[in-house]
Amino acid sequence: MNPPLDPPLIQVTDLSIGWDDVILQQHANFQVARGDVFVILGSSGCGKSTMLRALIGLERPLAGEVSIEGAVSTRIETGAPPFGVMFQSGALLGSMTVGENIALPLQEWTQLPPPAIFAIVQARLRLVGMQGSEDKLPSELSGGMRKRAAIARAMALEPSLVFLDEPSAGLDPVSAAMLDELILTLNTKLGLTLVVVTHDLDSIFKIAKHCIMLDRDSMSIIASGDPRALRDSSSDPRVHDFFNRSTAHAP
Amino acid sequence: MLTATHPERSFSVEPTASDPSGQQLRLHGSLLFPDAATIWSELRTHVDLAARGGTLHLEMSDVQRVDGGVMALLAHLRAELQQRGVQSEFVGAAAALQEIIHLYRGDVVVGERKRRKARGTLDQLGNATLALLHEAQAVLAFLGEMVIAAIGVLRAPRSVNWKELTPTMERSGADAVPIVLLINFLVGMVMAFQAAVQLKQFGANIFVADLIGISMTRELGPLMTAIVICGRSGAAFAAELGSMKVNEEIDALRTMGFGPMRFLVMPRTLALLLVMPVLTLLADFVGVLGGLVVGLSSLDLTSSIYFTELQKAVSLWDVYSGLLKSMVFALAIGLIACQQGLATAGGAEGVGRRTTSSVVITLFTLILIDATFTVLLRALDL
Ligand SMILES: Nc1ncnc2c1ncn2[C@@H]1O[C@H](COP(=O)(O)OP(=O)(O)OP(=O)(O)O)[C@@H](O)[C@H]1O
Ligand SMILES: [Mg+2]
Repeated sequence: MNPPLDPPLIQVTDLSIGWDDVILQQHANFQVARGDVFVILGSSGCGKSTMLRALIGLERPLAGEVSIEGAVSTRIETGAPPFGVMFQSGALLGSMTVGENIALPLQEWTQLPPPAIFAIVQARLRLVGMQGSEDKLPSELSGGMRKRAAIARAMALEPSLVFLDEPSAGLDPVSAAMLDELILTLNTKLGLTLVVVTHDLDSIFKIAKHCIMLDRDSMSIIASGDPRALRDSSSDPRVHDFFNRSTAHAP
Repeated sequence: MLTATHPERSFSVEPTASDPSGQQLRLHGSLLFPDAATIWSELRTHVDLAARGGTLHLEMSDVQRVDGGVMALLAHLRAELQQRGVQSEFVGAAAALQEIIHLYRGDVVVGERKRRKARGTLDQLGNATLALLHEAQAVLAFLGEMVIAAIGVLRAPRSVNWKELTPTMERSGADAVPIVLLINFLVGMVMAFQAAVQLKQFGANIFVADLIGISMTRELGPLMTAIVICGRSGAAFAAELGSMKVNEEIDALRTMGFGPMRFLVMPRTLALLLVMPVLTLLADFVGVLGGLVVGLSSLDLTSSIYFTELQKAVSLWDVYSGLLKSMVFALAIGLIACQQGLATAGGAEGVGRRTTSSVVITLFTLILIDATFTVLLRALDL
């Protein structure tokens, strides 16, 4: 990769996140290249979801800035959404069926007639293995199904950039593996860029091209790069513990 | 220790002097969770007596067993002692016991805690006032945002979620008709009854029509309806938006390009704005009917006399000003409910808190608006 020729899709400069009384991360600098599968790692509660929300523009940074495709994200709710997002809890609209949830952005931001929208909704659901669930309400779905439906909704507008917050948490191993396949397919076949938060080691080694690891205590990024290389050669005990599932260095 | 009638205990606590300067508590036997309450209260008395600068070790060499729950209590008491500046450690524990102590952090050093001065009444009063002002500021800022969004909507009317308007009107308007009718009918009747006693004394029976007519249209019709709508729809909006907020649904909407203002707040507020005058008109009407019932039954009036007097007493402006006021009420109910709902944080409990505060703030605001209207109209002689 040649940086001057290929500007990063997401550029994070000197970003600090948190709230007035809690600081989660300070002076974070990293970039996500086009076509990357970029994974954000870290122990529970270290601020991964908050970092993701800051990238999306839902959380105002304490300092620093995030720019996506060269534009600093300020108000996300104006105009067609530039990316798809799946939230940790799914966040399907409870008053609408799964189909209506996926159709919602299509109705607003495309000129497609209803039958065409219906076709796309069905195709998206098939993609996540949930064909035939379009008339179910989110409350009638299992946790894992809700997540998959949320991924389908994130994909609705054919975004070139997708954010996923713990897509495979709460899924059975087979569904989780299928999801990894899906992520890889989207990345390699359709050229999608994905930013994924996950804890799942199998999945990290399978999908991630690059990763960053956040740490709560030092409020900084303690490792970045290829996860396989980090596993094999990181000298930082915290990173080593994470990738080797050990508690040898835990306090 | 099988039953309550068998009071023999499997443990005991006994204070002994360990060395000239200090004290220790010698624990014996099995310290198990079923006895936790007794163990706690017994230790508590000793712990409370320990003075700053002294020592109170927990001597464990005669202890056979401790389970997790009791260990947690012991560790807590030890930490509390250390915080108060009393030296306290677990001593003499066997190796197996030592592991449990470690698990419950009975061996970490706890620093002495600085006493924080309790906040005075004046401080608390000041903080509460600031919080109230802060809340008022938030509602006003929200109003500003709404005005800006409304201007945007004039330019692009399609951007509002109109689909939600009709169902919301049905839920907040049509479904509220029975209760609005009932309450206002009763209010009209009760007022007329109270007045009837006085009016009869002066032979001024006919003036019940004036009284009911003016007070229902100008004051009670709009106010009672607003209170009902605040309790029904205001609370519902706050709870609905609140749970959407804590489920990240609002965030999801924003990432799909739907601002909550246009997608959720506008249709709801607009729905209230449209149904409130209609409900208020119905309220005025049944309130007057309530007065008529009393007029017929205990003031010897006929309905034609009652209505003729009503026509003389109540001007069209009385009704209009009431309707105008009801629209301001509608705006306040919708805005405050949505603002509070969207400000929700922190799970189901947060939703409950915001729903409560939305109703309380709205009721307060309604009375404030009502008073302002009355004073203003009086001053302008309208
Ligand atoms: N609105 C808020 N105000 C203050 N603190 C918050 C708020 N939201 C989250 N936090 C705190 O910020 C920290 C990070 O939260 P976040 O959801 O980003 O963690 P995470 O890394 O995604 O964890 P997990 O892996 O469990 O999802 C947590 O300790 C949480 O308590
Ligand atoms: Mg998270």
